[in-house]
Amino acid sequence: MSRVVVVGAGMAGLRAAEQLRASGWSDEILVLGQEPHAPYNRPPLSKEALSGMGAEDPQTWADKLAFRQRPSVADVEWRLGTEVVGADLGARRVTCADGTEVGYDGLVIASGIRSRRLSIDGPAGGRFTLRTLADAVALQPALRPGARVVVVGGGFIGCEVAATATAMGCRVTVVEPLSGCLQRGLGDLVGGLVQSYLSGYGIRMLTGRTVRDLHPVPGRPDRVGSVVLDDDTVLPADVVVEAVGSTPNVEWLADNGLDLTDGVLCDERLRAVGRSDVVAVGDVARFVNPRFDEVARRVEHWCIPTDTARFAAGSLVRALHDLPDDRPRFAPMSSFWSDQLELRIQSFGAPGLADEVTVVDGSPDPCALTDGLIAHYRRGGRLVGVVLVNVPANRHREQRELVSASCPG
Amino acid sequence: MRVIVDRALCDDHGQCEIAAPNVFRIGVDGKLEYDERPDPSERDAIEEAADACPLQAILVQE
Repeated sequence: MSRVVVVGAGMAGLRAAEQLRASGWSDEILVLGQEPHAPYNRPPLSKEALSGMGAEDPQTWADKLAFRQRPSVADVEWRLGTEVVGADLGARRVTCADGTEVGYDGLVIASGIRSRRLSIDGPAGGRFTLRTLADAVALQPALRPGARVVVVGGGFIGCEVAATATAMGCRVTVVEPLSGCLQRGLGDLVGGLVQSYLSGYGIRMLTGRTVRDLHPVPGRPDRVGSVVLDDDTVLPADVVVEAVGSTPNVEWLADNGLDLTDGVLCDERLRAVGRSDVVAVGDVARFVNPRFDEVARRVEHWCIPTDTARFAAGSLVRALHDLPDDRPRFAPMSSFWSDQLELRIQSFGAPGLADEVTVVDGSPDPCALTDGLIAHYRRGGRLVGVVLVNVPANRHREQRELVSASCPG
Repeated sequence: MRVIVDRALCDDHGQCEIAAPNVFRIGVDGKLEYDERPDPSERDAIEEAADACPLQAILVQE
């Protein structure tokens, strides 16, 4: 019996197992996952799960957030709580932290990303990140009404945590090194509107500022008490949330000749460049999307694990069965959403690539944002993305089609 | 094949309509309508819709 090993038991690992079955792989599938939980849905961790988690134990939430699994993966073997620390792709085997070696015929890299931390020493207590269920379980009790929360990083995770913590009664400050929040994802104009909207709820936005130091509570050297910014501003803090981006989990793949610069560089079949028996899926995969350009990028949107798994499983099964692969190139129409207080932000395409943003519906006024706004994102005159704020879903398809038509892939 | 949407979970994201427009429709009021007993030829599209639902509210029964 042949075996496919999937390293990573997040959404990408689950979707890979399901899609291997859907692609006709009937032999063994073994999934190795570092976290102790079955694959679960992460977006609620910065939203309703964070605010609602208090009363219930972590396992109840793990059960609530767990993905429903297709019947086709009932015979897949899961080894959870198992960290993979090495791989020898020539010998076709991976090594687990306990020294166990596991051989494979085909390998799926689904090892994802981890939260980056501030590279600042100082007290460890009171500092949090948010990516895993364990992170949310640790953070939730600290978000008491009246708690002074400093969120470092004004991207999507940072702004969502800020919004949720505000709704929970915390006093929140966001520190963002760029000149505005959400700039990378939404651009200056729409990012600025959302930032102003959040400010209206009392969230203090300190942009163009970085953290220089973390000072302890007097008499408690292990507990953070204040955040010092580069302009000497001192922010008293009971809680510091570090939302400063992510690092791909690729160390275990070192010394195999792969390009591991910012994730695993993939070819147009999502195979790790140079290997026909190894594919990469989800946040860790760096690939070209010919809809937009020929630059390989990692894409940390929720739809990507599913999209990449569907395509990559087909590549791997064809390679393992010596079948030709005449499918069109992988060209996903990415989308993302973000919920912040009463805002539902929805995007299609790649607004982050744009050099020009136009509001085509609604008013560019933060007070009118809840009434709905549609912005079009162009690069060199070509529509590459749309962002919809509080626009009913019956208009989403039409807006997505506009991007699809101008970026056919 | 039967399609069940958990209305308590559904949050009207509309991803299902994009994946399987013959089965799921977002009405003019922005609310979901769908075909509970779709044609079997829609299976792949429906599974794609179930995968794409941010709330994971779509259940496909045999």
